[in-house]
Amino acid sequence: MRIKLKLFSIARDLAGFGEEVVELPPNSTADAVMNILAERNAEFRKWKTSLRFAVNYEYVSHSHQLRDGDEVAVIPPVSGG
Amino acid sequence: MVKIVDNEIDIAEALEQVVTPETGGMNIFVGTTRNHSGGRKVIGLEYEAYEPMATAMMQELEDLARSRWRLHGVSIIHRVGSVEVGEASVVIAVSAAHRKEAFEACRFLIDELKKTVPIWKREFFADGTVEWSGTSQTFSATTSSGRIG
Repeated sequence: MRIKLKLFSIARDLAGFGEEVVELPPNSTADAVMNILAERNAEFRKWKTSLRFAVNYEYVSHSHQLRDGDEVAVIPPVSGG
Repeated sequence: MVKIVDNEIDIAEALEQVVTPETGGMNIFVGTTRNHSGGRKVIGLEYEAYEPMATAMMQELEDLARSRWRLHGVSIIHRVGSVEVGEASVVIAVSAAHRKEAFEACRFLIDELKKTVPIWKREFFADGTVEWSGTSQTFSATTSSGRIG
């Protein structure tokens, strides 16, 4: 299956890209995305607990099961206001 | 009314949006950009939003506030892009028949916005460094390794 992965703020800086279509095995969870990111930059593994995931604009847990066509965003600690 | 803008926030408009003939009080919170952070001098700021999600979450917060308090109007406006020191980065205006509801709802909205809405601030320091706000502790090892900043 394919997902659209979006990265923001420091996560984009660490990964070196902001948006990419990613191929994943069926039934992958959000954590699978973390593994892909850790392959790009091992720092991601250390900061795993500080990063939240959103699927189709809603926060989900790391164990959330992804579906084909999902828009998956990696959300670092927010700092609006 | 919620929106994300990429230029100066119109504070008068935020108030005009919420006033009604039944309104007895309006409460407004204006968040402005500081010239210092963690003891260091800040010379410029930039905000980035995951816009479709940020707008959806701001609307959810408005709906939640309206369900908790009897409100006449709600405006939530956040700015993105470059913001000069001393300018408004966020404006929240709330109206109600009485001040208690307006004060409580306004406080709730800014507190929740800061915790949940996917918007990020990047600070440009006088010493030349650039940091995503709130990441210096969590990501300090990363920063010191020279991978970013």
